[in-house]
Amino acid sequence: MQTTPISQQVRAFVVENYLFGRDEGLGDEDSFLEAGVIDSTGVLELVAFLEERFGVKVANDELITDNLDSIQKVTAYLQSKLEAAPVMQERSR
Amino acid sequence: MCGICGSLSLDAGAADPGLLRRMIGTIRHRGPDATGVYTDGAVGLGHARLSIIDVAGGSQPMQIADGPLWITFNGEIFNYIELREELIRKGHRFATRSDTEVILHLYQEEGERCVERLNGQWAFAIWDANRRKLFLSRDRLGVRPLFYTRTADRFLFASEIKALLACPGVDCALDLEALDQIFTFWVTLPPRTAFRNIQQLPPGHSLVVEDGRIRVSAYWRLDFTPEEPAEGSAERLGAELLELLRDATRIRLRSDVPVGAYLSGGLDSTVVTALAREAAGDRLRTFSVSFDEAEFDESAYQREASAFLGTQHSDVRCSHEEIAEVFPDVVWHAEQPVLRTAPAPLFLLSRLVRESGFKVVLSGEGADEMFGGYDIFKEAKIRRFWGRSPESAWRPLLLKRLYPYMNGIQRQPAAYLQRFFHVRAEDLENPFFSHLPRWELTSKLKMLLSDEARAETGAYAALRESLPDSFGAWAPFHQAEYLETAHLLPGYILSSQGDRVAMAHSVEGRYPFLDHRVVEFAAKLPPRLKMKVLDQKHLLKHAARGLIPESIRRRHKQPYRAPDGQSFLGTPGGYAEEMLSPGRIRRDGIFDSKAVSALVRKFRTGRETSTKDNMALVGVLSTEILMDRFVHRRPSGQISEEDQFAAHGMRR
Repeated sequence: MQTTPISQQVRAFVVENYLFGRDEGLGDEDSFLEAGVIDSTGVLELVAFLEERFGVKVANDELITDNLDSIQKVTAYLQSKLEAAPVMQERSR
Repeated sequence: MCGICGSLSLDAGAADPGLLRRMIGTIRHRGPDATGVYTDGAVGLGHARLSIIDVAGGSQPMQIADGPLWITFNGEIFNYIELREELIRKGHRFATRSDTEVILHLYQEEGERCVERLNGQWAFAIWDANRRKLFLSRDRLGVRPLFYTRTADRFLFASEIKALLACPGVDCALDLEALDQIFTFWVTLPPRTAFRNIQQLPPGHSLVVEDGRIRVSAYWRLDFTPEEPAEGSAERLGAELLELLRDATRIRLRSDVPVGAYLSGGLDSTVVTALAREAAGDRLRTFSVSFDEAEFDESAYQREASAFLGTQHSDVRCSHEEIAEVFPDVVWHAEQPVLRTAPAPLFLLSRLVRESGFKVVLSGEGADEMFGGYDIFKEAKIRRFWGRSPESAWRPLLLKRLYPYMNGIQRQPAAYLQRFFHVRAEDLENPFFSHLPRWELTSKLKMLLSDEARAETGAYAALRESLPDSFGAWAPFHQAEYLETAHLLPGYILSSQGDRVAMAHSVEGRYPFLDHRVVEFAAKLPPRLKMKVLDQKHLLKHAARGLIPESIRRRHKQPYRAPDGQSFLGTPGGYAEEMLSPGRIRRDGIFDSKAVSALVRKFRTGRETSTKDNMALVGVLSTEILMDRFVHRRPSGQISEEDQFAAHGMRR
């Protein structure tokens, strides 16, 4: 089965959820903070999405910009989480 | 309390009584007791009356005894008794006991500067037949609305925009720059309104039309420049404040019909109710809003305050369904996009007041703005404190404590909080520091605008231009208070949540905290007396000791909020679905239909929605309702048969 790359899934979520479906030229490396993407509910919507979609558990000490501040960073963070816990599979799309 | 309108021909034409009747027809809700039209050559004045003072003798438009002055007046002059006595001593003769006639005589005595002597809430127009001059004025804080426009051959004014849009030749298009401002500040910056061709007279301003020219000038300004010495003990200043409030409340009970009070369960309305009870003596009727959801509901405090003060209390319980049901009517009355549903429960509340037989209510508006009550002031203080030591781990925790009800903020990492709350070094230098988080968050709603509608982006520059010269020299706390009091207060709190939803049911609000003596006193208070460390409304709480229940005096301020987005999309098939449909959004061209659909999908999935999402949904919906009710279906002002007009058709 063909799976959508993680980065595309993250992008789709960010664009749909924070940018009302308007891509606004957001690059994979663009900082969410710099681009003003994140609002008052903040990264927590993103965290809920990652936990629900990919079955990972985001710990409080992992709630840092190094992990969550761009599509690229989120993708890298997710990949490392999934590699560390191979039993957890992508749940659904 | 009433509705006013008028026209002045700028060419040789005569005023059209039929046009004035149509204008009045659109705002009969403001004055269901009587209507009147006066025309004299080029000028026409119209009036819809809600009889409160001198019920028998106060008909309008009113003429000074056999003289050249005519007036149409909406509002109340609370010090009219004292002014009347003074004018009688100077030889003026009065034909009525009304405050309306007092304005006429005072104008005759002092001319345009007469407004400086008035203590009240007003919008009026005086026609000086000798000088062929039309003089308009609006109260200092903007309690009462006054709009105007100019067509090819006429100057037109009215209490509400719909009366102007009922006139031929008045363009009813929305103003894209106004949307840009509303989707930043929640309000337009006066004289701008949501409509491209309609202006509002700013609070504290007068307008003159003479020789075909329009002149607008300020007669009063909100000034936070400290006076030396601004010192005094909390004890002494608290006592002084209480005396001022006592008098402000006393004169606001002047009425020939019974006066009730809104009782929210918070400090301000409880203080006002306590002072009204003290002055009126007998049992007072109080009214409030309650909600099924605990996060919005304050009814326990309302009951406690009512029991403590011995009032006869009634409340209206608001459900999501009711909020959704009345929302289109709320927008019809508000005449501008709103980002919150909070005006809807107040619309339901004024209906309860009216059904209970009351026309007048006291309310606590103005205290949060002028005595340091809003969380935004506290937030700004904490942000500044954090900004001085950005690496601090514990300073941001104060922000989390400030918003216990906002789940998103609780787990937020410091870097995100720092950005969301704008505590970088460059933010600290920004003159709008206090409001950056709110305005920047609100500005995100512009992502919903269509490419065509997104062209205008001058909101901050326009605000900067409107600031008083002395703004930069004021304390940051005072700057924040100014931004709230000069803009959000008249543009939203006193209009969409105030005059417009109260007058929808012919109810007049009166605000002791907005007595200009109280406002001027508060503007001179040092910030430390308004917010001692993080204690909001410190001096007011001090002054209220013994007057109200301790639990209310000491309680943490609960911001007034109502359920937003979920009110509309909970059940499929409602009007909101149609209003937000891609076809309609595309037709109107203001928003991007794909973006609106994405927003609607987010609500439909049941995922957690943010403050921004909720503002977006309510903002888009209210704008589309505005398009529907004002642009596609232009107000007509059709007069029903039973409407009786008292004609003062004096043609000379």
